[in-house]
Amino acid sequence: MSEMTERIAALERAAREAIDAAATTLELEDARVSHLGRRAPLPNLLRGVAELDPAQRAQVGRAANEARRALEEAIERRGGDLAQAELRARLIAEGVDVTLDADPLPAVGRLHLITQTRREIEDVFVALGYDVVEGPEVETVHYNFDALNHAPTHPSRLPTDTFYIDTGSGSPDIFAPDTPLLRVHTSPMQVRAMEAQPPPIYVIVPGRVFRPDSDATHTPQFHQIEGLAIDTDITLADLKGTLLTFARAIFGEQREVRLRPHFFPFTEPSVEVDVSCFHCTGGVTPDGQRCPLCKGTAWIEILGSGMVDPNVLLAVSDHGYDPERVQGFAFGMGIERIAMLKHGVPDLRLLYDNDIRLLEQF
Amino acid sequence: MRVPLRWLHEYCAPELTPASLAERLAMSGTEVERIEHHGVGGAEAFVVGRVLAAERHPDADRLRVCTVDTGDGEPSQIVCGAPNVAAGQTVAVARPGAVMPDGTRLKRARLRGQESNGMILAEDEVAIGTDHDGIMVLDDSLAAGTPLAGVLPISDDVLVVEVTPNRPDCLGIYGIAREVHAATGAPLAPEPWSQDPAPEGVLDAVRIDVRCPDLCPRFTARAFEEVRIGPSPPWLKARLMAAGQRPISNVVDITNYVMMLTGQPLHAFDLDRIAGARLVVRTAHDGETMQTLDGQTRTLSSGMVLIADGDGPTSIAGIMGGERSEVHSGTTRVLMEVANWDGANIHRTSLALGLRSEASTRNEKGLQPEQAMQAQAIATRLMIDLCGARPLPGTIDIGGDGPPPATIRLRDARVSGLLGVDVPRDRCAEILTALGFGAEPAPDGLDVTVPSFRRSDVTREADLIEEVARLGALDTLPATLPAHRARVDSDRRASVGLTAVQRLRRRVTDALAARGLHEIVGWSFEGPETAQRLGLAERPATALANPMSAEQSRLRTTLLGSLLDAGRRNRARGAGAVRLFEQGAVYLPGGGARPDEPYRVGALLAGPVRPATWRDPRPPASDFFAAKGVMAATLDAVRAPWTVRRGGEPFLHPGRAATVLVGDEVAGWLGELHPGVAEAWDWSDPVAAFELDLDVVARHLSVARYADLTSFPEVREDLAVVVADTVAASDVLDVVRQAGGALLAGAEVFDVYRDELRVGAGNVSLALRLRFRAGDRTLTDDEVAARRRRIAEALAQRLQGRVRDS
Ligand SMILES: [Zn+2]
Repeated sequence: MSEMTERIAALERAAREAIDAAATTLELEDARVSHLGRRAPLPNLLRGVAELDPAQRAQVGRAANEARRALEEAIERRGGDLAQAELRARLIAEGVDVTLDADPLPAVGRLHLITQTRREIEDVFVALGYDVVEGPEVETVHYNFDALNHAPTHPSRLPTDTFYIDTGSGSPDIFAPDTPLLRVHTSPMQVRAMEAQPPPIYVIVPGRVFRPDSDATHTPQFHQIEGLAIDTDITLADLKGTLLTFARAIFGEQREVRLRPHFFPFTEPSVEVDVSCFHCTGGVTPDGQRCPLCKGTAWIEILGSGMVDPNVLLAVSDHGYDPERVQGFAFGMGIERIAMLKHGVPDLRLLYDNDIRLLEQF
Repeated sequence: MRVPLRWLHEYCAPELTPASLAERLAMSGTEVERIEHHGVGGAEAFVVGRVLAAERHPDADRLRVCTVDTGDGEPSQIVCGAPNVAAGQTVAVARPGAVMPDGTRLKRARLRGQESNGMILAEDEVAIGTDHDGIMVLDDSLAAGTPLAGVLPISDDVLVVEVTPNRPDCLGIYGIAREVHAATGAPLAPEPWSQDPAPEGVLDAVRIDVRCPDLCPRFTARAFEEVRIGPSPPWLKARLMAAGQRPISNVVDITNYVMMLTGQPLHAFDLDRIAGARLVVRTAHDGETMQTLDGQTRTLSSGMVLIADGDGPTSIAGIMGGERSEVHSGTTRVLMEVANWDGANIHRTSLALGLRSEASTRNEKGLQPEQAMQAQAIATRLMIDLCGARPLPGTIDIGGDGPPPATIRLRDARVSGLLGVDVPRDRCAEILTALGFGAEPAPDGLDVTVPSFRRSDVTREADLIEEVARLGALDTLPATLPAHRARVDSDRRASVGLTAVQRLRRRVTDALAARGLHEIVGWSFEGPETAQRLGLAERPATALANPMSAEQSRLRTTLLGSLLDAGRRNRARGAGAVRLFEQGAVYLPGGGARPDEPYRVGALLAGPVRPATWRDPRPPASDFFAAKGVMAATLDAVRAPWTVRRGGEPFLHPGRAATVLVGDEVAGWLGELHPGVAEAWDWSDPVAAFELDLDVVARHLSVARYADLTSFPEVREDLAVVVADTVAASDVLDVVRQAGGALLAGAEVFDVYRDELRVGAGNVSLALRLRFRAGDRTLTDDEVAARRRRIAEALAQRLQGRVRDS
C-alpha cells in the first residue's frame, strides 16, 4: 500500500529537515521529541500497524522501523557534531590570558645563616662520633675561668672583657668562684661534660657566648662551637687530623691546615689553626690582586685549640680524669666567623640586624 | 709590645727580612700583629751637610738663608728657622724628595721669596727625639755628603708583638731576642746584665723596711751621687722613640730604657726628697691618700701596697710613683729602686684604682725576683755613662733571688705520646738549650732545668713538651684521627650524636621555615623599656652589672621583644608581610644565683597571610587564627599533643589570647598582640605571635603506635548546638568526645553563628560535624542515633547547651 509508505517517507523527510535545521543540541532535542517522541506521527503510525491487514503489515512495519532507525542515527550524528561545536565554543570562551602571573605557592622561609652553619658543623662532628652537649649561658667564675686554669691575673676576667650578673650586692667579685657571669666561651661546658661523664669522652658544645665588644668583627653576643676529645692515647696529630677533616668538610676538599703555637690557659701545648685560603692561590687572586680574604698570606685563622692542660683534667680528677692516664684535645671556633668566611659576609653586625633581604640570601 | 729591629739586632740579628722574621716568630709562638716603619722613608735623601754661610733673610728676621755643602758639588741654598744655625756647623740635611716620618714628601720651596732646597733638621723632624728648639749639630769629623742613616738612627722597622700572658719574659727586648735566637738559630749576644759595675760595700744612705714580704718578695736599691740631669744621647732617645716611649730626661729615660730591655720596671727617687732617708714598704690603711706622678690624688685601701717615707706614702708599689719624690732638673742624688711584687696584688690594685702604667702591666704578669738585680746592673752602667753619676758602694737587697731552679724529667715516650710524632732527644735538648733551659741526659729522656725567667710558666712536663712542639714538631706533624674505640658500658651511655631535644629543635625550626617564616637571631639582651612596653615590668629579670648600654642591660624573659624589634626594622625598610621566628634561651630568675634558661621558639606574623595577586588582591591579614595555623602545623609536625585554652599573657589582646598546653603542661602562649603593645613598636595593624617552650614539648612526645586501618564505613552526622558564648568551643568538643565514646571517630566545628532572634542574645550556635565509626562492624542507624542522643543530653546537662533540630 503505497499510500502508507509514502506517508512514512514524507514524515522521514520532514524529520530530516528539522534535524538538519537544528542549530543547537537543545533545538535538536526539540526536533527529536516532535518527530520521534511519544506523540509524534511516526511512532503513532507504528503503533497502528497492528490494525493493518497482514499483507501490508510487514511491509509498512519494516518501512516505519527503518525510517525511525535512520532518523535516530541522524539525530545522534547531528547531536555529536553539535555537542562538539558547543564544547569548542565553551572552551574558547573559557580561555585565559596565559601571560598573567601564576598563583604563588607559599614561599619557603630560611634558617638563619648562624643556624645553618651551626648545623653544618655539628653534622661533621656527629659523623665523627661526637655527642652534642650544651651548657648554661649564665655561668660562674669557677666554670668560666678557674676550672679552666685561668690565672686570676688573666685579663679576660676583667669587667671590660666579661659581662657580670648584677646580684644586687655592689660590684661583682671577679675572683669569687660563685660569682655569676655571662660565659665568654663555651669552654665551661668542657668541665661540666667531664663532671657528668667519665672518659672516654668525645663531645662538641655549640652555644651562645658574650663579650663586651662591638665593631665590624665583634658583637657583644656571638656563637661558638667547642670540641673536646679525651681518651687514653689522643695526640696533637689527632687534633690536626680532626680539624683537617672539619676544614675540608666546611671549606672544600682542597683545604690544608697548619698549626701555629699560641697560648690558651686551658691547653698545653696550645695552637691556633689556619686553613689554606679558598679564595686565592698563594695569596693572589685569579685576577692578580692581593687576596682580600687572607690579606695575601694564603692562610686564614679559623680557631684556637690544643692538648687539654693537665690542670683542667686535675680539676675533674674525681670523675676519672687522671692526667697520667688520659689525655686529649680541645678546640673552640666562632660560628659567625666560619659563616662570614664561607659566605663572604663583610660585617658581623649584619647577622644580628635580621633584615629579611639578607635572611633570604642563604 | 714594640720591638725596634735596630735594638733587637744588638742582641740577635738573623739574616731575614722583617716580614720573614715576623713569619718565623709567628710560626714559633710569638705573634707579630704588624710591622711598622718608624722614622723617615727612604734614607737616600738624608745626608750630612756643612753650613758654609748663614745670612739673615732679607724679608724675615727669624729666618736664615744658608749655603750648605751636601757633598754633591754645588752647595745648596736652604732657608732655616732655627735660632742656633751658624756658619761652620755640621748638620743633618733632608734634600728635596725626602719622605719625612709622617709620610709627607719634602719639596723645593720658596720662603718669603728665597729659594730653599731642603731642610736642616731638628731631632723631632726625624723622630729620634722630641726637641724642636734647634737643629741638631753633629760632630765636625763627619764629611759633607755622608749618608745620615749611617750617623743617626733615622729609619727603623718595628715589630709590634703580642706577648701572651704566660710569657712575661718576652716583655723585654732581650727576651724577644732569646726567642728569635731559638726560632732562627742566629747567635744570641750575652745577657746585657752580665757585667755589673757597682762597687761593693754597704749602702747606708737610706734605710729600707719591707713589712709585707709576701707581697714584695724582693726589694733592691742603689744610690747615686753627682748626678747631672740632662737630655739623653741621640741613640737612647731614638730607641725609646721607636719603642713608643717619649724621652724626658736622662735618669727617667734610663728607667724606661732598662724596663724596655729587661721587662723589669724601675723607679728613680730623688734621694734628697725621701723624708727621713727611710722607705717603708707596707699595706695601705683604708682611705689613705697620695698624689701620683700624673697629678691625681688616689685614695688607697687596705690590701694595696705602698712605699712610704717619713712624710707618708710616696709611691703606689709597682704601679706609679708619687709627685713628691720625683726626679727633677735639679736632682743630684738618685735612689734607684727595683723591686719584685706579687702580680695578683698589683693586678687587683691597678683594677681598683683604674690606674694602669707600663710598670703595672708588667708587674701584674708576675715577674721573677732575679730580674731586679739584672735591671740594677744595666741601670748602674747607664747612670755612670750618661749622667756622670757616682754609684755609692753597696746594694740594699731584701728578699734576694727566688727559689732554686726546678728540674723536670722530659720523657721521650711522653713527647711522642702527646704529640703523635717522634722528636729525637738531641733535638729536644737543642731546642731547650736555645731557650735558656739546662738539659742533661736521663735514662728515659732529659732532666731539664728551668731558668728563673720561665719559673712560673714552665712547671710540668707538658710545658716542656709545648716548647719542643712549637720549635721542633708542628711543621712536620702528621694528620691522623683518634682511634676512637668508643666503649659502651654501664658507666657510659651510647654515643647519640644529637639528643632527642636537639633533634626536636631542628624539626620544629625546619617546619617553621617550610611554612614560609624566616629565622632571626636576636639579642639575649634587652633594655628595661622592652619589659615596660610589654607590661612585664613587674616580672623579675636578670640584670647585668656592667652592661654596654641601657638597651642591653638585662636578659630577656621572652623572645617577643627581639621578634618585634626585627619586625619593626623590616617594616621600616618596606617589608609588607613580616613572618619571622626565633629560637633560643630566655632567662628566668629562679631560686639560685643563675637564672633558669628554658629553650624557646617564638614566631611573629603581621601583614597579609599570603602575597596579594591579581586573583586575590586583598588576602586576609595575619590574625589570631593565622598564627594558630602556623603553630598547629609546627606542633603537628612533631606530633605534639597540644590544646589551647582562653586567656594568656598581659601583652596580648585580652579577647584573642590563648595559653598553649602540650600534654597537660603549659608550653607557651598564642595570640594577637594588644593594640597598645603593637603601637609601641609602630604597628597599627594586627600582629599575631606565639612562643613555645621546646623543653616542655619534648617531655610529651611519644613513639607513634600503629592503629588498624578500618575498612568499615564512617557515618557522618551534623549537629547544631546553642551555648552561651562564654563557653569555649574546645569545652563543647570535650563534652561531645566524652559522650561520644569510642564510636565517635571525630568531631569538628564547621560553622559558628550568632543571631539574637534565632539563638538569643549572648548565645552562639556551633555546628558540629560528627563522625562515627567502629573498627569491627558497620554501625546501624539505631547505634548512631543512641550516641547522638547521649551527646545532646551531655551538652544540655553540662553546658546548658540546646541542640537545634536540623
Ligand atoms: Zn686568599
